[in-house]
Amino acid sequence: MFKVVTKRFLNEAKTICLFEIEAPLVAKHAQAGQFVIFRLDEQGERTPVSVAGYDREKGTVTVMVQAAGRTTKMLHTVEQGDYITDFVGPLGKATEMDGLKKVCVVGGGVGCAIAYPIAKEMHERGIEVTFIAGFRSTDIVILKDELKAASDKLIMCTDDGTFGEKGFTTQYLKQEIDANIAEGKPQFDRVIAIGPDIMMKFLADVTRPYGIKTIISLDPIMVDGTGMCGGCRVIVGGETKFACVDGPDFDAHEVDFDSLIKRAAFYKTEQDDSAKHICNMTGGNRNG
Amino acid sequence: MANMKMVKNPMPEQDPVVRSANFEEVALGYTPEMAMDEAKRCLSCHNMPCRSGCPVSVRIPEFIAKVAEGDFDAAYEIVTSTNSLPAVCGRVCPQEKQCESKCVRGIKGEPVGIGRLERFVADYHMSKEVKDEVKVPESNGHRVAIVGSGPASLTCAGDLRKLGYDVTIYEAFHKTGGVLVYGIPQFRLPKEIVAAEVKNLEDMGVKIVTDVVIGKSITVDELLDEEKYEAVFIGSGAGLPQFLHIPGENLLGVYSANEILTRINLMKAYREDYDTPIKHPKNVVVVGAGNVAMDASRVAKRLGAEHVYIAYRRGREELPARKEEVEHAEAEGIEFRLLNNPVCIHGDENGFVTGVELQKMELGEPDEKGRRKPIPVQGENWILDCDAVIIAIGTSPNPLIRSTTKGLAVTKKGGIEADENGQTSREGVFAGGDAVTGAATVILAMGAGKTGAKSIDEYIKSKNK
Repeated sequence: MFKVVTKRFLNEAKTICLFEIEAPLVAKHAQAGQFVIFRLDEQGERTPVSVAGYDREKGTVTVMVQAAGRTTKMLHTVEQGDYITDFVGPLGKATEMDGLKKVCVVGGGVGCAIAYPIAKEMHERGIEVTFIAGFRSTDIVILKDELKAASDKLIMCTDDGTFGEKGFTTQYLKQEIDANIAEGKPQFDRVIAIGPDIMMKFLADVTRPYGIKTIISLDPIMVDGTGMCGGCRVIVGGETKFACVDGPDFDAHEVDFDSLIKRAAFYKTEQDDSAKHICNMTGGNRNG
Repeated sequence: MANMKMVKNPMPEQDPVVRSANFEEVALGYTPEMAMDEAKRCLSCHNMPCRSGCPVSVRIPEFIAKVAEGDFDAAYEIVTSTNSLPAVCGRVCPQEKQCESKCVRGIKGEPVGIGRLERFVADYHMSKEVKDEVKVPESNGHRVAIVGSGPASLTCAGDLRKLGYDVTIYEAFHKTGGVLVYGIPQFRLPKEIVAAEVKNLEDMGVKIVTDVVIGKSITVDELLDEEKYEAVFIGSGAGLPQFLHIPGENLLGVYSANEILTRINLMKAYREDYDTPIKHPKNVVVVGAGNVAMDASRVAKRLGAEHVYIAYRRGREELPARKEEVEHAEAEGIEFRLLNNPVCIHGDENGFVTGVELQKMELGEPDEKGRRKPIPVQGENWILDCDAVIIAIGTSPNPLIRSTTKGLAVTKKGGIEADENGQTSREGVFAGGDAVTGAATVILAMGAGKTGAKSIDEYIKSKNK
């Protein structure tokens, strides 16, 4: 059993919630870019979620979870001081940052929660970080202060213009790349993009003509997270890779987005269906 | 006078039509009367040929003699003196290739049903309401870590604990048992049986830590250097699924057997009260014909599929699965499409599987192993319509441990290199089971676990002399 030490919602709409979990073994080895798998209780499914932070001394790991399907909605009903049954990791490979000097990190929605620890570590290592954070609307914006502290330059935008700049992350990424060229500044030696699959696909299209290496973090359907089920297969450079052990980071210019997007929707009917049946009386808590 | 019937007492089974729609155990087990009658078929051969066929050296004629007398407790004592998992072995061992293949009664007629008797003895013990108190061996103060909790690891843990070692098992999943819980389906090996065998070990003092991935949460080096274990046994299995590398393999509805089996067996996706999602396909093609392919096909049938096909590139004679498993599958309506090799998987515009393109094959000359080689018949491709494909063509060892352990030599196929005593290239690190050999059987893994325990005992003793 793993204790929820802290729980707090990160935005007004309460769509994304932070959980700090007591898990000393995971905390000891966790690095930015890796993920964990949690399971709420005996009947629960194994659900992957990215590491958003860790405190090696306290022995805790932080995750930021958006309520989407049944499991994540139920997780949002877990309170501070409660326990969840399983929390295993860290899994996958850490994000590579060796030798980088100037990076643009792009986050879309809850993707900012995954991109945040990467930007933070890069910033701490002295890498120049430009962070572009995009959200649909002001009510779901998260980590304003944290992102500011983790970057040299922060651009926040919303689709409807209710917070920060109006527009999409793609246009601000292009603007920054072009500005580097126009002002004769060094170009980004890497772009890290994390968000919805479709956003990452378009961001890859932005950087491709400039030849800037672009890394994305994937979270396809998986069961075990250790290379056993092969459910997280993704085609990269024409080869089948397992996101759980070969990733979750991959070269965006090599990823087959069409297959990725289709595979991610495989259980959509089942998930939508089961998400409807969360008991309103118990708030989804099965055991009363 | 021995019972001279030529055939085994038949195993009572659930009716095939009924069972193909439920996940309850297929084979129901002998009654005490059947067991005693079967036991009397044993000739108690002085040289015990059967025992030489058992990787964990169960004292077969001795326990069978006790069953014949009706002293089932004594029989259980004898079995468990060398085998920590009798209820499992009695169910899933390929006895026809092991002990029973050596049985003198098998020369003319059927061998003694050794596996069925072993299962009977174990089940009898489990069903007893008042259990004998488990003896907890006194600690000798030496600590050993075991990686994984499948058959090799559980056997190694049990044997070491009996010798007095403080043993801790680290399991990556949330449940103990490895392939016994994620791989083998409920209808062949009920998970309650595995849990009971694991509990026996815990009662003996074996410590089990779940949710720890060795190589990620802790490395083997840390187990030795920081956690101060004197030896480590790696029994992490062969969990990495192989794929065919043919077009269409990433279409929606193409699974590895591991994925389907894990969703069903470990995550219980077939039950309404569990959250893990599962599809209920109508027509399923299983590629491969080993025991795992049989398990996957029978699982698909139980999920409600109208047609479940086994596509295999060789013929009936070459089927690698146990005969009993093939018979069970056929009785449940699994349709075999032999001499058919998948060359491509077709899908619709949304990426969902619509069929498997199969190429007809014929058998050529036997290869060096004596197996006739399948040769494609040109121009004879056809499409078998389906909405799910399950790839069951084997697994290989997971790279997580080999890639994070310094100086651990591996084989070309990715298995950990270990000698006949289970010793790896690293001092204090031993390995056995599928992690070394690649996918094999439960009983061979158990044999390797036993060898590993013996070697670890010798190693620690010699070091502390």
